[in-house]
Order: sequence, then C-alpha cells, then structure tokens
Amino acid sequence: MAACTCPAKKNADTEGTGGSAKGDLGGPKGKPVDAELTYAPLVPRPTKRKAPARVVVHLEVREVTKPITAGVDYTFWTFGGHVPGRFIRVRQGDTVEFHLQNHPSSKMPHNIDLHAVTGPGGGAASTFTAPGHESQFTFKALNQGLFVYHCATAPVGMHIANGMYGLILVEPPQGLPPVDREYYIMQGDFYTVGKYREKGLQPFDMQKAIEENATYVLFNGSEGALVGDNALTAKVGETVRLFIGNGGPNLVSSFHVIGEIFDKVYTEGGTHFQENVQTTLVPAGGATIVEFKVEVPGTAILVDHSIFRAFNKGALGMLKVEGPEDKKIYSGKEVDSVYLGDKAVRSPAVATATREVKQGLVSLPDRIAAGKALFAGTCSTCHQPTGQGLPNVFPPLAKSDYLMKDKTRAIVTVLNGLSGPVTVNGKEYNSVMPPMSQLNDDEIAYILTYVMNAWGNKGEGVTAAEVKKVRETTARPPGAAS
Amino acid sequence: MYPASPREKTVRIESFYLDRYPVTNAEFLAFVQKRPKWSRDNVTSLFADTKYLSHWAGSTSLGPNALAKQPVTYVSWFAANAYCEWKGARLPREDEWEYAAQASTKSVNGRADAAWRQRVLGWYTKPNPPQLGNVGSGLRNYWGVYDLHGLVWEWVLDFNRSLVSGENREGGDEERDRFCGAGALSADEKEDYPSFMRIAFRSSLKASYTTGNLGFRCAANIKETP
Repeated sequence: MAACTCPAKKNADTEGTGGSAKGDLGGPKGKPVDAELTYAPLVPRPTKRKAPARVVVHLEVREVTKPITAGVDYTFWTFGGHVPGRFIRVRQGDTVEFHLQNHPSSKMPHNIDLHAVTGPGGGAASTFTAPGHESQFTFKALNQGLFVYHCATAPVGMHIANGMYGLILVEPPQGLPPVDREYYIMQGDFYTVGKYREKGLQPFDMQKAIEENATYVLFNGSEGALVGDNALTAKVGETVRLFIGNGGPNLVSSFHVIGEIFDKVYTEGGTHFQENVQTTLVPAGGATIVEFKVEVPGTAILVDHSIFRAFNKGALGMLKVEGPEDKKIYSGKEVDSVYLGDKAVRSPAVATATREVKQGLVSLPDRIAAGKALFAGTCSTCHQPTGQGLPNVFPPLAKSDYLMKDKTRAIVTVLNGLSGPVTVNGKEYNSVMPPMSQLNDDEIAYILTYVMNAWGNKGEGVTAAEVKKVRETTARPPGAAS
Repeated sequence: MYPASPREKTVRIESFYLDRYPVTNAEFLAFVQKRPKWSRDNVTSLFADTKYLSHWAGSTSLGPNALAKQPVTYVSWFAANAYCEWKGARLPREDEWEYAAQASTKSVNGRADAAWRQRVLGWYTKPNPPQLGNVGSGLRNYWGVYDLHGLVWEWVLDFNRSLVSGENREGGDEERDRFCGAGALSADEKEDYPSFMRIAFRSSLKASYTTGNLGFRCAANIKETP
C-alpha cells in the first residue's frame, strides 16, 4: 500500500481561524449599508452577506432618567436611550463607518471604545464628543466574535456604571449557524446612594462603586426588564441563542439558566465552543454566546449564580417556554407526601415567651408570636402558611368550626394526632395527622393560641397547664413521644 | 485643585479677582449691542458654531428661552474671551477656576469633604433641567462666589490644557492623557470625580463650540503698585 502523499487536512481546532491576520477580506463591495440597530432583548437579523460591505452606524448618546426598579428612578447615560446600548451586527471584513452623536441635552461629553476595533482606544480617542456634536471614524472589523463596547470618558468607571455599554457582533464570514431565536442580554452593576429598592430618584454613589458594593445587579438595565410580560419566549423544540454581555463596571457574572443546560458555549464570545455547560463566566467588559434547545415547557430562570445578586439585587430574568409536555423527559411532581424530620424548632419568640411564662409576665401577643414561629416550622407544611389547608387533603384552620368549637379536642388532636374522616366547615376530610407530642406543653399552648387568633379566628389562649392536663389524662398512640 | 500631571504636586497661583456670578443673558446682550460683530447674525463660523446664541429670540433680543438673569449659554470660547476683554478683564485660567471651585460653603478646600464632594457630584449626575436657574440661585462658597457648581459648566482660558496638551508634558506618550488615562491611570486623588468630569468636559470642546449648559465668568489680575 502506498503512503498517502496528500496534504494534511486542515484542522480548524488546531489552526484556528487566523485571527486579524486573515480578517481583511478585501475592500467593501457595493453601496454602503445602514446597520440595523436593535434594543435589547432583540438582535438584528443575520447580515447574510457574502462579501465585505461598508456599514454605516449612527449611535446617539442620551442621558435619561428612567426606573431602575418599580418606584426607583436613576439617571442612566446610554447609547441609544436604553441600557444596554443598541446591538450592532456586522460581518468579518466589513468596513464600519461609525458616527457617534452626543445629544444636545447631554450634560457630559462622551466617547466610545468598541472592543471589536483594532486601533488606539478602540475608537475612544477619535470619538470624544461634546454635547450637541457628532464624531466620525472608520474601522475594519478584522476579528470575528462578540464584543462589548462602552464609553471611555473620564471618569470611565462612572460612565460605565451609569449604563454606557452594549454589544457588537462580528459574524464569521459564513455567518453563525441558524437558530430559532436570538436574544440580547447584558448584565451590569449599579451603585445608588439609597438601599436596594429605596424609593425616589437615586443618585450614583461613588464610594460604593469604588468598594464594588453593588446596590443592583441587573440584566438589561432594570429589574423588570426580563420578567413578567417582558420575559423572553420560546417554543418547545426550538434552539435559543443568547448573546450575553457584561458591562460591569466591576462584577464578573456567573451566568446560569435554571432548568437548562447550555448545549454550546462560545466561551468569552470567541470562535470555538464548549459543550454541555451549566454555568459560564462572563467577564466584566466581556461577552459569551450560549445556545440550547428547549425540550419541555415551563419558565427557565436566568440568573447570575452569585446567587444573592439574583434574589437580592435583581439579576434575574425569565424565558417562558410554551408547548406540549414531554413526561419522558420531565415528569413533573410525581409524589407529594409529608415528611417530618425530627426537627425541634427553637426561635427567639419561643424563648421570650417561655422566659416570660416563668416570670409570670407573658402577654397574649408574645404567646401568639411564639406560636407563629412554631407553626411555621411544624404545621404549615400541611395546613399552609395562611391556615387554608389543601382542598380535599388537609383541613383548614382559618375560620375552622372544628378547631374553634372545642379547645380540649384541639389540644388532644395536636398531642395525639388524628386519623380518619372529620368534617370541617361542612366538608369531609380523610387524612392522617401525626401526633406532635414531641413538642412541650408550652410550645403546644403557643401554637394553639396562635392558630386560634390568626386568619380571622378569635379565641381565648391555651395555657401550658391545660396542655399538661390533657397530656396526663390521655394516651399517646404507639411510637409517639410521651 | 487637581494637579495637571503626576509630576506637578502643587501649583502656585497669583492672587486674582473672579466674578461673583456667571455672565447673564442681559449682560451679554449689552456686549452684543456694543460689538455687533459678536451677534449671531454677524459672527464668523470660525469663532462660533451654528448654535451660537440660538436660544435667543433674535440677533439682539432675548425672548422667553433666554431670561435676563439666566447665565448666558450657547457661547463660544472666542465670544466669551471677547466679552471679558471688552470688560477689561479675561477668562479665568483653569488653575484659578479650580482653586475657587474647590472651596465649599465653609472651607477654602472642600475636596477632602466626602459630603461636599457627593453634593457637587449630585449635580454632575443629573440631566440638564428644562430651564436653567438665575445666576446667584446656587451656593455661595467660602470666597463669596456663587454658582461654581450646580448651574452651568464654565469656559476657562486654557480649557484644553489638561488632556489635550500642545506640549508633551508626560515626556512620553502624548496621547496617553487624551481619553481615559488622566481619569484612571496617572491620578492621585482618584475619588475626586467632579474634577475628572470637568477636565473631560473641557477637553471635549473646541474654541468655536457652544452648548446649552456652558457659560462663563471673567477674572482679572490684581495689579500690584510698584
């Protein structure tokens, strides 16, 4: 057999795409094209061009006051009137004629540093623009990838902290593989003088910014940008591509979608993809492209998995997936049964009430407070936090005739449990309540005092002495604590 | 004041006079009436851009968008300079303006006072109001000078000095200070954001530029008797 003398097959993984050295695909062909610019979460359509073009971009800087969350306003500095700035999409090799317009109402001069630019300051030095003026410069997009742009006017950190960032996608010459949905999400951290959700117009807090102590961490510039009616949408079976940027100024994002796994992650917005990723880092001043197919309906939650940012600073979005269930992939809840660990609940309210009982000082409100804490840990799993019970399964306590009619029966029920049919408010329930005799007399007294004085119930309190008497005069079922 | 470069830790400033208030529309109108070549109809495009005094009702009349006691805006550096010369004065130098402006209401130098700094920064971070206040409506500082903060930006004589420098002060890369360097790399008092913003604002200007939030006041040397 003769040895093969054919040239080695090109391997994109080892040779790469050639970077900027192979990015000059010749001069622009045809008439100049106006770039389609979109506001988040929308993304411009693929360019579908086969040859380099001259692309004209007009981006207008505006300083605007808008809600950062409900009832809280902030003065954002923006590329295009919103945070993040408008999405720019060009093709590798394109010549981009860039116009930066600073609106006459602006107080500040601004410029733009596009990370897609090969040249000093990414264009910053050429676009420094006073209010009511316009600058122009031109660059050739030599490197493909997803790039952040931002304002770089002194003080840079403050211009970025006020929302001056966006994304520019430089498509590979052949374009990105087609998908069903593309969305644009950009994270940013914000620093306000007032606390999280403190109402009113909140000024920028320089000290918090220096300390990197963010008040808000947000997707797309406001807490409501991607939730409720503004949630992203997709249909079962579709493939979703997210262009994710992180403006910073300070924080690195641990981007994660609860209930999904990224099929592909173009790490840091570059050319090659990693597969089967749970959480991906998006650097401040960096970007990432993720793709995933959605197989089942439901709401996937987009978070920065530095998780306090998600639930306490606003870094939370939603992707609502509609379509038919597929129980083979995800069953939904199959079993919902009671599990009671051997948990003894102790809370400050209980301690206070117990101490005061010993001192003979206990007040009804203290006993109710103690009972509320115990109820939450012991009873609310079945009877629900609002005492409504669960229809046809667990009887209600709120406005319950069964509970309120007979105090001794109520104590017996808590101590010894209850099995078999009971009628509550005219409805029959047939379930099992385990004995709660592991609770001491004080605790049972507090719980009953609480439930008899909550959710519209009005009754007298139950005392530890009354519980003690019932404990002494009735028998516990087998296995229960004495 | 903010040193012009890391090598200049202190700057010596001779005593000087500074206007108590920014120049008003009414005062500038008087100048335009005496020196018609500075009216918006006559000014050459070399000395003022197309928005020069565009908020006035007419070439020599103020109208509802330019009240008499509001600070004059939409004026170029050339026009501001000519006005001050007409008055026998000059524009303040950046050093002088910054020296006066670092005074808080109670102290010669409020820059280390975090509360004062946040107060000044508060104005910088708010968008321009639809109507400017009258001169004198702002804070009176230690020197008895009004409105250095909180009303309008102000021209200075050497407005392009700090970032866009003709000479090569850093002894190295002249471009280094131009966009973000001065605010980030070579600065000592990094918390003094208002200074950065003024420097950035001034260096975004050309002498013919006019904007709706940029006015001026005049200064003069104190003549020493020999």
